[in-house]
Amino acid sequence: MKTKILTTPIQDEELELLTVGDIIYLTGYLITSRDDVHQRLIKQHKQLPVDLAGKAIFHAGPIMQEIEGQPGKYRVISIGPTTSMRMEKYEKEFIRQTGLKLIVGKGGMGQNTAAGCREYKAVHAVFPGGCAVLAANCVEEVEQVEWLDLGMPEAMWVMRVKEFGPLIVSIDTKGNNLFENNKKAFNLKKDAVVEEICRYVDYLE
Amino acid sequence: MNAKGQRENFIDIMAGFTVYTGKYLPDDVHAKLKELREKEDSALATIVYDAMFEDLRLAHELERPLCQDTGVIQYFIQVGTGFPLIDQMEECLVEAVKKATVLGPLRHNAVEVFDEKNTGNNVGKRIPWIDWEIVPDNDEATVYVYMAGGGCSLPGIAKVLMPLEGYEGVVKLVFDQITSYGINACPPLLVGIGIAGSVEVAAKLSKKALLRPIGSKNSNPRGAELEARIEEGLNALKIGPGGLTGENSVMGVHIEEAARHPATIAVGLSTGCWAHRRAVIKFNADMDYEIISHKGVVL
Ligand code: SF4
Repeated sequence: MKTKILTTPIQDEELELLTVGDIIYLTGYLITSRDDVHQRLIKQHKQLPVDLAGKAIFHAGPIMQEIEGQPGKYRVISIGPTTSMRMEKYEKEFIRQTGLKLIVGKGGMGQNTAAGCREYKAVHAVFPGGCAVLAANCVEEVEQVEWLDLGMPEAMWVMRVKEFGPLIVSIDTKGNNLFENNKKAFNLKKDAVVEEICRYVDYLE
Repeated sequence: MNAKGQRENFIDIMAGFTVYTGKYLPDDVHAKLKELREKEDSALATIVYDAMFEDLRLAHELERPLCQDTGVIQYFIQVGTGFPLIDQMEECLVEAVKKATVLGPLRHNAVEVFDEKNTGNNVGKRIPWIDWEIVPDNDEATVYVYMAGGGCSLPGIAKVLMPLEGYEGVVKLVFDQITSYGINACPPLLVGIGIAGSVEVAAKLSKKALLRPIGSKNSNPRGAELEARIEEGLNALKIGPGGLTGENSVMGVHIEEAARHPATIAVGLSTGCWAHRRAVIKFNADMDYEIISHKGVVL
């Protein structure tokens, strides 16, 4: 397990050194992009208002607060990752079209994303779920917000972050998938455990 | 206090308490997380638990919601028929949610079905969800606040099994759900299981099971034994914090049941995440309150 700081724009060579289970921290640009942003780009073919090339996206729906006396300027109150798997359907194409390099979220993603990470050189990493104030504390500035018409959780929030993490690499550029491996291990143990419990639940008379 | 003053007072306390629920975990959850953290020594599990406790510390210090997903607000209320505000409970709680949303601030989490519009104030059709239990010959009210996050609601399922699938069917369903959806629901999880004769009863009881304090047991000895076995079994899978593997998987397993139809075994499953924001407050007829879930706290 290695610990490393990635800075945007992230280079392919840096990503290629990473393996699932590594801990990384991000410095630079992190932009929230979740269900509706994926949907708008991939399904509705709308042009993204933010250039994501070389940057990181965050599967997250934050609580932001407009700063008093500065209309249109926000500060982040609480921002943690949301379930990445919801974006699985569109993520490979999203990586291809945007040139993003790092996806931050929660829980694993599937084969489609793993293929995208391998082909276009990108990495999926998880931030500890629910740790939203910790995450907010790594945000230096909310520089911009786009597509606010989608509502606060779904809008694109462009944040400058410093040593944002810990991020645990869950899909690397070599096609390894940490959560898929874990799931297999859990499932392997499951049947025996269920069988053992079932020996004691024959309550029906 | 006159009736109007009482009403305003109740709304303010409930708004404040709802906000509080999002910032501080209840005593039992906090204690359980501490206990589970101490059992871990792998690098990944340690880093995740460290992140959780640092998050709790910062949420406290900065007075912010500890998780950004402050959920759909649900109130489970036990109201005495003599409680002075019984007739106004619902409108008061709706007002409290509106206030809490601004005060918190809470994330806007009420999306109207079909219109697909976020109401922007956490109030929508039948939301906040209010579950009523009426207590005869009593003038007090106990309110459970629960923040139903998206991630931790996702593993939820309810199904009617045929009796010959038996309790084995119940066990299997729980394990299948937890090893698939549960992993992404921010473990260690609290697992709530409802067993009944029809699907809505089982589903509702599974949520009520999550309201029980961690460490409490089912009132039937067989039920308590099954809780312990499922807990032990889930822990043996070693899902760990965040699903990243570790020594344990869950904070507990709670089962609640209702007598079933001879021809059905309905099972419901609800899960709570590590950020299990469930808080309990009790009012007397004068609107004096006591916070049960967070000992010694005054708003
Ligand atoms: S599952 Fe719980 S801790 Fe995780 S993001 Fe959702 S509400 Fe927060």
